Amino acid sequence: MSSTTTTPADLGAVHTNGQELNYLNNGHGLKSWLLTKDHKRIAILYLLSVSFFFIVGGIFALLIRINLLIPTGVFSPDTYNRLFTAHGVIMVFLFLVPAVPAILGNFLLPIMIGAKDLAFPKINLLSWYLYVVAGIILSIAIFAGGIDTGWTFYTPYSTSYSNSNVLLAGLGVFVAGFSSILTGINFIVTVHTMRAPGMTWFRLPLFVWAHYATALVMMLATPVLAITVSLMAIERVTHVGIFDPAMGGDPVLFQHMFWFYSHPAVYIMVLPAMGVVSELITNLSHKNLFGYKFVVLSTLAIAIFGFLVWGHHLFVSTQSVYLGIAFSILSYAVAIPSAIKVFNWTATLYKGSISYDTPMLYGLGFIGLFLIGGMTGLFVAALGLDVHIHDTYFVVAHFHYVMVGGSLLAFLGGIHLWWGKMTGRQYPEYWARAAMIIQFAGFNLTFFPQFILGYLGMPRRYDSYPPEFQLLHVLSTAGASILGLGLGITIFYLIWSLKNGKRALANPWGAPGLEWRTSSPPPTENFLETPIVTWEAYEFAPIESMEVLGYPGDPGKPTQPVSADHGTED
Amino acid sequence: MGPRINYELRITKKTLIALSTQHSALSTQHSALTSALKKVATIETETAPERVEIHAEHHPNLAHHFESMEQQREAGTLGMWWFLLTEIMFFGGMFLAYTVYRHMYFSAFAAGSDVLSIWWGTFNTAVLIGSSLTMALAVFHAQTGNSKKTTLFLLLTIFLGLVFLRVKYIEYSDKFAEHVFPAGAYEWPPHEAPAGPHNVGDLFLMLTGLEASHPAGITQQGMPVKVTTNYAESGPYYGVGGSIPEQIGNPSFGAHVRMFFLLYFAMTGFHALHMIIGIGILFVLAWQAWRKKFSREYHSYIELTGLYWHFVDIVWIFLFALLYLVDRHP
Repeated sequence: MSSTTTTPADLGAVHTNGQELNYLNNGHGLKSWLLTKDHKRIAILYLLSVSFFFIVGGIFALLIRINLLIPTGVFSPDTYNRLFTAHGVIMVFLFLVPAVPAILGNFLLPIMIGAKDLAFPKINLLSWYLYVVAGIILSIAIFAGGIDTGWTFYTPYSTSYSNSNVLLAGLGVFVAGFSSILTGINFIVTVHTMRAPGMTWFRLPLFVWAHYATALVMMLATPVLAITVSLMAIERVTHVGIFDPAMGGDPVLFQHMFWFYSHPAVYIMVLPAMGVVSELITNLSHKNLFGYKFVVLSTLAIAIFGFLVWGHHLFVSTQSVYLGIAFSILSYAVAIPSAIKVFNWTATLYKGSISYDTPMLYGLGFIGLFLIGGMTGLFVAALGLDVHIHDTYFVVAHFHYVMVGGSLLAFLGGIHLWWGKMTGRQYPEYWARAAMIIQFAGFNLTFFPQFILGYLGMPRRYDSYPPEFQLLHVLSTAGASILGLGLGITIFYLIWSLKNGKRALANPWGAPGLEWRTSSPPPTENFLETPIVTWEAYEFAPIESMEVLGYPGDPGKPTQPVSADHGTED
Repeated sequence: MGPRINYELRITKKTLIALSTQHSALSTQHSALTSALKKVATIETETAPERVEIHAEHHPNLAHHFESMEQQREAGTLGMWWFLLTEIMFFGGMFLAYTVYRHMYFSAFAAGSDVLSIWWGTFNTAVLIGSSLTMALAVFHAQTGNSKKTTLFLLLTIFLGLVFLRVKYIEYSDKFAEHVFPAGAYEWPPHEAPAGPHNVGDLFLMLTGLEASHPAGITQQGMPVKVTTNYAESGPYYGVGGSIPEQIGNPSFGAHVRMFFLLYFAMTGFHALHMIIGIGILFVLAWQAWRKKFSREYHSYIELTGLYWHFVDIVWIFLFALLYLVDRHP
């Protein structure tokens, strides 16, 4: 990284203390971060704030598990209601929805398409501030009295009976929704208008496609949540019935409107994760992704089908049986594009030269756990069976397999894959593998017993249970502790690596994407020269031919592996 | 068995050697082609006339991350259209609730609608359509680079927007005075019949606030006459069943009318909020237009605000039809 003479001066590639100027050292001090318009810095801001709320939500999860250690419950039922609501609200609105798009998507999407920034940098910063405001509002709601409605805010309990902070929580959800709408618009417009010359639609990395589809869902579904919580708040304030049957309203309308957002929201959480997994699997098996166009189309199909299945949450809510049948069939239909993805990932692995580094471990973990989560999704989509397992721990286990086993593992895998790109330092491979295996084991021990519990009839959201369920609950709590330990190790060594990790090279994985053709960490405007794309997506070339752009005095700039265990032989 | 395997191996080796020769030839070709392609692309980028020109110009309003003014404008327009789509979904939630309950409690909704002033509604619709015209003219003059006329038409749009809000204020305060809303003091039937201008003179007096009290002669106690007469023989309706006069005594009838008003206030309230935001933006734009910030090349903020303003108008057209005209068909 020595050549500065040929780089344009306005891009700022000058040496300061022998170090190349990148987005991290281009400007110092709190103000340069809080007023930044650089999508990479905003991604780091998101990383910090989202991680904070993830830890808070995780602590609430552990408290829930502690309560369920003994059949009578440790805390009072009222406290328990507030605990699981806090866990749900924080994890859904402050972690899962923004995690992959706002951190990894924000950081990588412009780089992957060869743009200098997102289309609307100021709006990008605004959406982070809105996220923080939402986080503060929800924290006040949770810590100053709590919310006891569950994260679903079902009426009429939330509008007429609950004496907890429902209004504040609704406001927080509204603001968080605004933040995610703005992110969605930014992504869509960026992909449409900011692609580098030669970056055609079918050369876009699947990560970008996944975020495109996610952005569509964010924009079309989130406003409905906003108006739903607004109407809920209006009913609570004015005592005029919209949803409360005692005042002439219809609670099922609330459920329709709520799930019209919240089911697509599941795809907001899992589609970007699928995009990450596509990258993990391809880049670490060093092989073109099998059936690129099919994966693209399945991504879009999931986004579209996602809007047509909300009614499967209402099978026992007096919804018409015929409607139930239609929703059941449509929910089965979602399995098709999801299965296409799993098959394509598996086929990509076939005859690939796989390196079992941490990102790949997370990718493989995702495939397995998402498979279980998805298949049990078919159980709950079955109209008859759902009457038995509706609102039981079976459902809890199902969506945790998709949300934790799916989204969280993919998020962590993505963080590891791009950690060197984001921070300039590599994570310690040995510890990372160990942590991943601990998390995987802990996760399965936590949630597999819950399938059995649910099938035996343990209802969700209950603070106490018959003594014969205790063994399974204790197993689950033990698993949660192991999972917590694994996550703690990851957080610890990631922070440790900021100072002590090996310096990351531009392309430690021998991967073909545009983000690997710029330095680690990238300069403020991402590339020193506008990239011109002449290759197809995932076109794996001999490693010498993948040069880092913008260093004409430094031809080739071979991107060797950081160490042997990050290596690739082909 | 043995020899056969050797034979196969030999073939494989041969094939491999042939393949590798082929491969190296191909890869040479490939790299040559790639560099040629790159050259072509570079040449294209450099010789594309408008790009070079714009780069040379470096328009002061071009943000650093865009290549050209055209790209910047396209991004802004696309972003606004997507934003309007999210707005449709937002209002869509309320339209859904309205549709469901209008279907369930039609007679209550008709009775509630009857309390709204058709005069004010029609007048406001005309005002908003007029403001759409002035907005369109402002955009036109911005595109042709006429700062003075742009400012003038932006100010006219603001004026019409303020007239709309003034009328909304009168309507709202009437409803509060009649205790139709909010719920605490709610009574059905309302104490006073709906007020509203009955001719152009009334309209002017009430708009300017010169005539604060309701025009004489239309104040009546109890249920508006029209409701009772129009619906008396109309037979049963959805919902609570029975014709209007029976339903008036039914306690849930009042609750359903109240629901109509809740939706009325929520829908028109959110609409008015959008108007207020729009007027705020228009003020800034009018100031900037007056300071000659916009030109033939750079006026996308006015266009984008125009899109927003027209959208808000369209929402009103739907609101007017749904809220004011419910009982206007036989």
